[in-house]
Amino acid sequence: MERKIRVLVAKPGLDGHDRGAKVIARALRDAGMEVIYTGLQQTPQMIVEAALQEDVDVIGLSILSGAHMTLLPKVMQLLREQGMTDVLVVAGGIISDEDAEILKREHGIAEVFGPGSSTQAIIDFIRSHVELTRG
Amino acid sequence: MNEHELVTRLRNGERRALARAISLVEQGGPVARALMAAVYPYGDAHRVGITGPPGAGKSTLVTALAQEWRKRGVPIGIVAVDPSSPFSGGAVLGDRIRMQALGGDPGVFIRSMASRGRMGGLARATADAVTLIAAAGFPVILIETVGAGQDEVDIAQTADTTIVVEVPGMGDDVQSIKAGMLEIADVFVVNKADRPGTDQTVRQLRTMLQLGAPSPDGWSPPVLTAIATTGEGCAQIVDAIEQHRQHLIAANIKTQRALTAAERELTAAVQELILERLRGERWNELVQQIATRQRDPYAAASELLPADLTIRSGLA
Repeated sequence: MERKIRVLVAKPGLDGHDRGAKVIARALRDAGMEVIYTGLQQTPQMIVEAALQEDVDVIGLSILSGAHMTLLPKVMQLLREQGMTDVLVVAGGIISDEDAEILKREHGIAEVFGPGSSTQAIIDFIRSHVELTRG
Repeated sequence: MNEHELVTRLRNGERRALARAISLVEQGGPVARALMAAVYPYGDAHRVGITGPPGAGKSTLVTALAQEWRKRGVPIGIVAVDPSSPFSGGAVLGDRIRMQALGGDPGVFIRSMASRGRMGGLARATADAVTLIAAAGFPVILIETVGAGQDEVDIAQTADTTIVVEVPGMGDDVQSIKAGMLEIADVFVVNKADRPGTDQTVRQLRTMLQLGAPSPDGWSPPVLTAIATTGEGCAQIVDAIEQHRQHLIAANIKTQRALTAAERELTAAVQELILERLRGERWNELVQQIATRQRDPYAAASELLPADLTIRSGLA
């Protein structure tokens, strides 16, 4: 049987704006993926532990609080500590181009999708990268 | 990582190995079967099913019950099933939202599962996932079904103790649980008991239970109340589950149920294996011919299943 793509969608930090995360969750569901939605106010530890238990292929992090340069590197560090370097991590929200560049280059975030990104672009990105890591 | 290494790591309580093993049994096939064969001897645990209509508070109750068990020092596994989309095959699994209070506790393992087209309230691989979690050292496993109406009673066959969650204010709708749900409950919980109508719902359930003949296994299901958001009533529910567990052992029902479950598991495994072996070129041809009514499905099945199949099963 074909393996389903499993995606954890989480909101790290303290902002309460989860419409974007819900839109993404819904779009990925309609693209045939299994989305584990964990809700608001997740610590990096909670996110990585949930990703581990759920054995996800992808983590999608939505963050609008401005704390992305603190929280996202922390998530990446915990993933490395758990040996979960094969998990694709993408981020979305209000993240400046400069910050996005640093997150990708220095911390291993695969892609940052800012406001106005099409859900189809996100779906295509996830599909092509998961196929790559699965080989 | 081969199956044996995975099983060794899983048995040592490595959570990542357990998580990966569950994904493998969800996919099914030969690897899943080898894995299940290796863990099967260690897969015993007390399986507690939680079912009830959507929005009754199942996830919140599961969380509160898990917290109660954790207070008592018992490690807890949780499998939460949510529906897959019949159109895209995708799913949004949201049970973890209510379970955040359990985050960070190494004595808790939570896994969300999509039903993947299976009706009945559980996924095909739910029972196998529960066996894997048991083998990883969790003595109590809570299984949360999809929001269920009347007929999603698969849980009663998978669980040792089945909890049916109801909420007050559904009035005469209690009737709606009469045929399916009422029969499978070992413990009733009226959740959201701070709402008006709780007493009435409890009374209706008790009356309905008294109307029927006493259960043949000698257990009369208690009707308990809870406010899952505060944890109120959960100690009594855990006590009732423990009493039911003792009852199953004392009345020798556990053995009887194990036989029934074993029969069902064997049937499912045989079906899966036969189908896997038969699917192929000829299978596809026959499907075409049946679709155009050149063949009938019964004759096609006879052709696919060789007559000597009966010899090995000892029926010839």
